[in-house]
Amino acid sequence: MAMTHLEALRILAAHRGQRIVITTMGSVDLWPALSDGPLDFAYLPSAMGQGPGLGLGLALAHPERGVLVVNGDGCMLMNLGSLVTIASHSANLFLIVIDNGLYEVTGGQVYAGAGRVNFAGLARAAGFARAYSFDSAKTWQAFAAAALAGHGPVLVNLKVEGKLGQKTPKAPRPMPEQIRRLREALGVVAD
Amino acid sequence: MSGEWGKPAMIDGPSAAATFKACGITHVVWIPDSELGTWESAVLAEPSLHLVRVCREGEAIAVAGGLLLGGKRPVVAMQCTGFFDAGDAFRNFVHDLKLPLFFVVGVRSYQAYLQGATADTCPVFTEPILQAWKVPYVVLDKRHGAAELTAAYRQAQAERRAGVALLAE
Repeated sequence: MAMTHLEALRILAAHRGQRIVITTMGSVDLWPALSDGPLDFAYLPSAMGQGPGLGLGLALAHPERGVLVVNGDGCMLMNLGSLVTIASHSANLFLIVIDNGLYEVTGGQVYAGAGRVNFAGLARAAGFARAYSFDSAKTWQAFAAAALAGHGPVLVNLKVEGKLGQKTPKAPRPMPEQIRRLREALGVVAD
Repeated sequence: MSGEWGKPAMIDGPSAAATFKACGITHVVWIPDSELGTWESAVLAEPSLHLVRVCREGEAIAVAGGLLLGGKRPVVAMQCTGFFDAGDAFRNFVHDLKLPLFFVVGVRSYQAYLQGATADTCPVFTEPILQAWKVPYVVLDKRHGAAELTAAYRQAQAERRAGVALLAE
Protein backbone atom coordinates (compact mmCIF):
# COMPACT_ATOMS: atom_id res chain seq x y z
CA MET A 1 0.00 0.00 0.00
CA ALA A 2 1.44 3.35 -1.06
CA MET A 3 2.16 5.84 1.66
CA THR A 4 0.59 9.25 1.91
CA HIS A 5 2.61 12.41 1.61
CA LEU A 6 1.95 13.18 5.26
CA GLU A 7 3.05 9.71 6.38
CA ALA A 8 6.29 10.11 4.46
CA LEU A 9 6.98 13.48 6.06
CA ARG A 10 6.06 12.29 9.54
CA ILE A 11 8.75 9.62 9.38
CA LEU A 12 11.21 12.11 7.96
CA ALA A 13 10.50 14.58 10.76
CA ALA A 14 11.26 11.94 13.37
CA HIS A 15 14.74 11.47 11.92
CA ARG A 16 15.73 14.97 10.80
CA GLY A 17 17.98 15.56 13.81
CA GLN A 18 19.34 19.11 14.06
CA ARG A 19 19.51 19.62 10.33
CA ILE A 20 18.05 22.55 8.45
CA VAL A 21 14.92 21.46 6.56
CA ILE A 22 13.95 23.21 3.33
CA THR A 23 10.49 22.34 2.07
CA THR A 24 9.13 22.96 -1.42
CA MET A 25 5.76 22.72 -3.14
CA GLY A 26 3.12 20.56 -1.41
CA SER A 27 5.42 19.80 1.51
CA VAL A 28 5.30 23.48 2.47
CA ASP A 29 1.70 23.02 3.59
CA LEU A 30 2.22 19.78 5.50
CA TRP A 31 5.54 20.29 7.27
CA PRO A 32 4.61 23.01 9.82
CA ALA A 33 2.27 20.60 11.58
CA LEU A 34 5.28 18.33 12.13
CA SER A 35 7.97 20.90 12.81
CA ASP A 36 7.91 24.69 12.75
CA GLY A 37 11.14 25.91 14.29
CA PRO A 38 13.64 28.41 12.95
CA LEU A 39 15.55 25.70 11.11
CA ASP A 40 12.43 24.84 9.11
CA PHE A 41 12.53 26.95 5.97
CA ALA A 42 9.56 26.97 3.63
CA TYR A 43 11.01 27.85 0.25
CA LEU A 44 8.01 29.81 -0.95
CA PRO A 45 7.90 32.01 -2.98
CA SER A 46 10.31 29.92 -4.97
CA ALA A 47 11.92 29.42 -8.32
CA MET A 48 10.78 25.92 -9.22
CA GLY A 49 13.73 23.54 -9.32
CA GLN A 50 16.10 25.65 -7.24
CA GLY A 51 15.51 24.10 -3.82
CA PRO A 52 18.50 21.73 -4.11
CA GLY A 53 20.80 24.63 -5.00
CA LEU A 54 19.56 26.65 -2.06
CA GLY A 55 20.17 23.67 0.18
CA LEU A 56 23.62 23.09 -1.27
CA GLY A 57 24.62 26.66 -0.48
CA LEU A 58 23.46 26.28 3.11
CA ALA A 59 25.18 22.90 3.39
CA LEU A 60 28.46 24.38 2.15
CA ALA A 61 28.11 27.21 4.64
CA HIS A 62 27.23 24.87 7.54
CA PRO A 63 28.59 21.42 6.74
CA GLU A 64 28.60 20.40 10.38
CA ARG A 65 24.84 20.85 10.65
CA GLY A 66 23.68 19.47 7.33
CA VAL A 67 20.60 20.21 5.29
CA LEU A 68 17.50 18.26 4.25
CA VAL A 69 15.76 19.44 1.09
CA VAL A 70 12.25 18.09 0.60
CA ASN A 71 11.83 18.44 -3.12
CA GLY A 72 9.03 17.59 -5.50
CA ASP A 73 9.52 15.16 -8.35
CA GLY A 74 8.53 17.77 -10.91
CA CYS A 75 10.98 20.20 -9.28
CA MET A 76 13.70 17.58 -9.44
CA LEU A 77 13.17 17.07 -13.15
CA MET A 78 13.55 20.79 -13.76
CA ASN A 79 17.10 20.73 -12.43
CA LEU A 80 18.59 17.28 -12.78
CA GLY A 81 22.04 18.83 -13.15
CA SER A 82 21.85 19.70 -9.46
CA LEU A 83 22.41 16.00 -8.72
CA VAL A 84 25.79 16.23 -10.41
CA THR A 85 26.64 19.48 -8.63
CA ILE A 86 25.70 18.15 -5.19
CA ALA A 87 27.64 14.93 -5.71
CA SER A 88 30.71 16.78 -6.93
CA HIS A 89 30.86 18.84 -3.75
CA SER A 90 30.33 15.92 -1.35
CA ALA A 91 27.90 18.19 0.44
CA ASN A 92 26.23 17.27 3.71
CA LEU A 93 22.90 17.42 1.95
CA PHE A 94 20.01 14.97 2.09
CA LEU A 95 17.78 15.33 -0.93
CA ILE A 96 14.29 13.93 -0.37
CA VAL A 97 12.18 13.51 -3.50
CA ILE A 98 8.43 13.33 -2.95
CA ASP A 99 7.48 11.18 -5.91
CA ASN A 100 3.76 11.33 -6.65
CA GLY A 101 4.00 11.37 -10.44
CA LEU A 102 2.12 14.65 -10.66
CA TYR A 103 2.43 18.38 -10.77
CA GLU A 104 0.24 18.33 -7.69
CA VAL A 105 0.09 22.02 -6.83
CA THR A 106 -1.24 22.92 -10.27
CA GLY A 107 -4.12 20.53 -9.91
CA GLY A 108 -2.58 17.16 -10.68
CA GLN A 109 -1.22 17.06 -14.23
CA VAL A 110 1.07 14.18 -15.15
CA TYR A 111 4.64 15.21 -15.95
CA ALA A 112 6.90 13.86 -18.66
CA GLY A 113 8.27 10.48 -17.66
CA ALA A 114 5.96 9.99 -14.69
CA GLY A 115 6.10 6.45 -13.41
CA ARG A 116 9.23 5.64 -15.40
CA VAL A 117 11.83 7.91 -13.82
CA ASN A 118 14.19 6.24 -11.37
CA PHE A 119 15.38 9.13 -9.19
CA ALA A 120 17.63 6.96 -7.04
CA GLY A 121 19.22 5.54 -10.18
CA LEU A 122 19.75 9.02 -11.55
CA ALA A 123 21.40 10.05 -8.29
CA ARG A 124 23.75 7.08 -8.31
CA ALA A 125 24.67 7.77 -11.91
CA ALA A 126 25.40 11.38 -10.95
CA GLY A 127 27.82 10.29 -8.26
CA PHE A 128 25.76 9.86 -5.10
CA ALA A 129 27.22 7.01 -3.09
CA ARG A 130 23.94 6.56 -1.22
CA ALA A 131 20.53 6.68 -2.86
CA TYR A 132 17.35 4.94 -1.74
CA SER A 133 13.78 4.51 -2.86
CA PHE A 134 10.86 3.56 -0.65
CA ASP A 135 7.29 2.94 -1.74
CA SER A 136 5.56 2.13 1.55
CA ALA A 137 5.41 3.70 4.98
CA LYS A 138 6.43 0.37 6.49
CA THR A 139 9.72 0.12 4.62
CA TRP A 140 10.47 3.83 4.91
CA GLN A 141 9.88 3.62 8.66
CA ALA A 142 12.14 0.59 8.90
CA PHE A 143 15.06 2.12 7.02
CA ALA A 144 14.73 5.86 7.68
CA ALA A 145 17.26 5.94 10.50
CA ALA A 146 19.89 4.25 8.39
CA ALA A 147 19.11 6.24 5.25
CA LEU A 148 19.36 9.54 7.13
CA ALA A 149 22.41 8.63 9.20
CA GLY A 150 25.86 10.05 8.68
CA HIS A 151 27.02 12.62 6.14
CA GLY A 152 25.45 13.50 2.82
CA PRO A 153 25.05 13.59 -0.05
CA VAL A 154 22.15 11.18 0.11
CA LEU A 155 19.04 10.95 -2.05
CA VAL A 156 15.85 9.38 -0.72
CA ASN A 157 13.00 8.89 -3.16
CA LEU A 158 9.63 8.49 -1.47
CA LYS A 159 6.82 7.21 -3.65
CA VAL A 160 3.59 8.66 -2.30
CA GLU A 161 -0.03 8.80 -3.37
CA GLY A 162 -0.76 11.70 -5.70
CA LYS A 163 -3.79 13.83 -5.01
CA LEU A 164 -5.79 15.83 -7.49
CA GLY A 165 -7.24 19.25 -6.80
CA GLN A 166 -4.76 20.31 -4.13
CA LYS A 167 -4.80 23.93 -3.04
CA THR A 168 -1.86 26.18 -3.72
CA PRO A 169 0.63 25.89 -0.83
CA LYS A 170 1.08 28.77 1.55
CA ALA A 171 4.19 29.47 3.63
CA PRO A 172 3.60 29.58 7.39
CA ARG A 173 5.09 33.07 7.64
CA PRO A 174 6.46 35.82 5.37
CA MET A 175 9.84 35.26 3.77
CA PRO A 176 11.63 38.10 5.63
CA GLU A 177 10.63 36.54 8.93
CA GLN A 178 11.73 33.10 7.79
CA ILE A 179 15.11 34.47 6.75
CA ARG A 180 15.56 36.31 10.04
CA ARG A 181 14.71 33.23 12.10
CA LEU A 182 16.97 30.96 10.10
CA ARG A 183 19.95 33.30 10.20
CA GLU A 184 19.55 33.85 13.93
CA ALA A 185 19.42 30.11 14.52
CA LEU A 186 22.58 29.68 12.48
CA GLY A 187 24.34 32.46 14.35
CA VAL A 188 24.69 34.58 11.25
CA VAL A 189 25.39 38.15 12.23
CA ALA A 190 23.75 40.79 10.04
CA ASP A 191 26.17 43.16 8.32
CA MET B 1 44.37 35.92 -23.09
CA SER B 2 41.19 34.73 -24.66
CA GLY B 3 37.86 35.81 -26.07
CA GLU B 4 36.24 35.85 -29.46
CA TRP B 5 38.60 38.51 -30.73
CA GLY B 6 41.69 37.36 -28.90
CA LYS B 7 42.10 40.59 -27.01
CA PRO B 8 43.57 40.81 -23.54
CA ALA B 9 41.26 40.32 -20.61
CA MET B 10 40.10 43.55 -19.00
CA ILE B 11 40.64 42.15 -15.53
CA ASP B 12 43.05 39.27 -15.31
CA GLY B 13 42.78 36.36 -12.94
CA PRO B 14 45.22 37.55 -10.28
CA SER B 15 43.51 40.95 -10.19
CA ALA B 16 40.07 39.39 -9.91
CA ALA B 17 41.19 37.03 -7.13
CA ALA B 18 42.84 39.87 -5.26
CA THR B 19 39.68 41.96 -5.65
CA PHE B 20 37.49 39.20 -4.30
CA LYS B 21 39.80 38.67 -1.37
CA ALA B 22 39.92 42.37 -0.57
CA CYS B 23 36.12 42.52 -0.67
CA GLY B 24 35.82 39.63 1.77
CA ILE B 25 34.25 37.30 -0.76
CA THR B 26 34.35 33.69 0.34
CA HIS B 27 32.88 31.76 -2.61
CA VAL B 28 32.91 32.20 -6.37
CA VAL B 29 29.94 30.30 -7.77
CA TRP B 30 30.25 30.00 -11.48
CA ILE B 31 29.94 28.66 -14.94
CA PRO B 32 32.74 30.43 -16.78
CA ASP B 33 32.89 31.73 -20.30
CA SER B 34 36.13 32.09 -22.21
CA GLU B 35 36.99 35.38 -20.48
CA LEU B 36 36.00 34.40 -16.94
CA GLY B 37 37.65 31.04 -17.45
CA THR B 38 41.06 32.69 -17.46
CA TRP B 39 40.46 33.54 -13.78
CA GLU B 40 40.18 29.93 -12.67
CA SER B 41 43.77 29.19 -11.73
CA ALA B 42 44.09 32.44 -9.76
CA VAL B 43 40.84 31.85 -7.90
CA LEU B 44 41.87 28.30 -7.07
CA ALA B 45 45.26 29.52 -5.88
CA GLU B 46 43.78 32.03 -3.43
CA PRO B 47 43.28 30.21 -0.10
CA SER B 48 40.49 32.51 1.06
CA LEU B 49 38.30 31.71 -1.95
CA HIS B 50 36.23 28.61 -2.66
CA LEU B 51 35.36 27.94 -6.27
CA VAL B 52 31.91 26.34 -6.58
CA ARG B 53 31.30 24.78 -9.98
CA VAL B 54 27.66 24.21 -10.91
CA CYS B 55 25.83 22.84 -13.93
CA ARG B 56 23.42 25.64 -14.82
CA GLU B 57 23.33 29.36 -14.14
CA GLY B 58 20.02 29.44 -12.27
CA GLU B 59 21.51 26.85 -9.98
CA ALA B 60 24.48 29.16 -9.40
CA ILE B 61 22.11 31.82 -8.11
CA ALA B 62 20.37 29.36 -5.80
CA VAL B 63 23.66 28.08 -4.39
CA ALA B 64 24.86 31.63 -3.83
CA GLY B 65 21.56 32.41 -2.14
CA GLY B 66 22.07 29.54 0.28
CA LEU B 67 25.62 30.60 0.99
CA LEU B 68 24.49 34.14 1.69
CA LEU B 69 21.70 32.99 3.99
CA GLY B 70 24.29 30.86 5.75
CA GLY B 71 26.53 33.84 6.41
CA LYS B 72 29.04 33.56 3.57
CA ARG B 73 29.87 36.18 0.96
CA PRO B 74 29.48 34.69 -2.51
CA VAL B 75 29.84 36.24 -5.93
CA VAL B 76 28.16 34.70 -8.97
CA ALA B 77 30.02 34.63 -12.28
CA MET B 78 28.56 33.59 -15.62
CA GLN B 79 28.17 34.57 -19.24
CA CYS B 80 25.21 36.67 -20.36
CA THR B 81 23.73 33.68 -22.16
CA GLY B 82 23.48 31.87 -18.84
CA PHE B 83 22.04 34.95 -17.21
CA PHE B 84 19.29 34.95 -19.82
CA ASP B 85 18.50 31.37 -18.88
CA ALA B 86 18.59 32.08 -15.15
CA GLY B 87 15.86 34.71 -15.12
CA ASP B 88 13.43 32.97 -12.78
CA ALA B 89 16.13 32.18 -10.23
CA PHE B 90 17.30 35.79 -10.40
CA ARG B 91 13.76 37.06 -9.92
CA ASN B 92 13.21 34.81 -6.95
CA PHE B 93 16.46 35.23 -5.03
CA VAL B 94 16.99 38.91 -5.72
CA HIS B 95 13.42 40.21 -5.69
CA ASP B 96 11.39 37.68 -3.65
CA LEU B 97 14.04 36.79 -1.07
CA LYS B 98 15.69 40.21 -1.45
CA LEU B 99 19.20 38.81 -1.18
CA PRO B 100 21.97 41.28 -2.09
CA LEU B 101 23.76 38.96 -4.50
CA PHE B 102 26.53 40.30 -6.70
CA PHE B 103 27.11 39.09 -10.23
CA VAL B 104 29.95 39.27 -12.70
CA VAL B 105 28.51 38.69 -16.16
CA GLY B 106 30.57 38.38 -19.31
CA VAL B 107 28.91 39.95 -22.34
CA ARG B 108 29.96 37.99 -25.38
CA SER B 109 30.91 40.05 -28.47
CA TYR B 110 30.32 43.41 -26.77
CA GLN B 111 33.44 45.04 -28.25
CA ALA B 112 32.69 43.70 -31.70
CA TYR B 113 29.11 44.88 -31.38
CA LEU B 114 30.26 48.42 -30.71
CA GLN B 115 32.30 48.23 -33.91
CA GLY B 116 29.42 46.81 -35.94
CA ALA B 117 31.48 43.71 -36.51
CA THR B 118 29.26 40.92 -35.19
CA ALA B 119 25.82 39.45 -35.72
CA ASP B 120 25.85 38.08 -32.17
CA THR B 121 22.67 39.21 -30.44
CA CYS B 122 24.06 38.87 -26.90
CA PRO B 123 25.03 42.57 -26.60
CA VAL B 124 21.65 43.63 -27.99
CA PHE B 125 19.72 42.08 -25.14
CA THR B 126 21.96 42.05 -22.09
CA GLU B 127 21.45 45.59 -20.81
CA PRO B 128 17.72 45.75 -21.61
CA ILE B 129 17.24 42.51 -19.71
CA LEU B 130 19.12 43.84 -16.69
CA GLN B 131 16.95 46.93 -16.81
CA ALA B 132 13.84 44.77 -17.00
CA TRP B 133 15.00 42.80 -13.96
CA LYS B 134 15.48 46.11 -12.12
CA VAL B 135 19.06 45.54 -11.05
CA PRO B 136 21.75 48.24 -11.02
CA TYR B 137 24.77 47.43 -13.16
CA VAL B 138 28.06 48.81 -14.39
CA VAL B 139 29.81 48.08 -17.67
CA LEU B 140 33.51 47.36 -17.32
CA ASP B 141 35.48 47.57 -20.54
CA LYS B 142 39.13 47.91 -21.41
CA ARG B 143 39.35 51.28 -19.68
CA HIS B 144 38.44 49.71 -16.36
CA GLY B 145 40.20 47.41 -13.96
CA ALA B 146 39.98 45.82 -10.56
CA ALA B 147 39.36 49.16 -8.86
CA GLU B 148 36.06 49.62 -10.68
CA LEU B 149 35.00 46.06 -9.92
CA THR B 150 35.78 46.63 -6.26
CA ALA B 151 33.83 49.89 -6.27
CA ALA B 152 30.79 48.28 -7.88
CA TYR B 153 30.77 45.47 -5.33
CA ARG B 154 31.25 47.75 -2.35
CA GLN B 155 28.57 50.14 -3.47
CA ALA B 156 26.06 47.32 -3.86
CA GLN B 157 26.95 45.98 -0.41
CA ALA B 158 26.74 49.42 1.16
CA GLU B 159 23.28 49.86 -0.31
CA ARG B 160 22.32 46.28 0.69
CA ARG B 161 21.18 45.45 -2.80
CA ALA B 162 22.05 43.19 -5.68
CA GLY B 163 24.39 44.42 -8.37
CA VAL B 164 25.92 43.33 -11.64
CA ALA B 165 29.29 44.05 -13.19
CA LEU B 166 29.17 43.45 -16.94
CA LEU B 167 32.45 42.54 -18.54
CA ALA B 168 32.45 43.96 -22.06
CA GLU B 169 34.15 41.12 -23.88
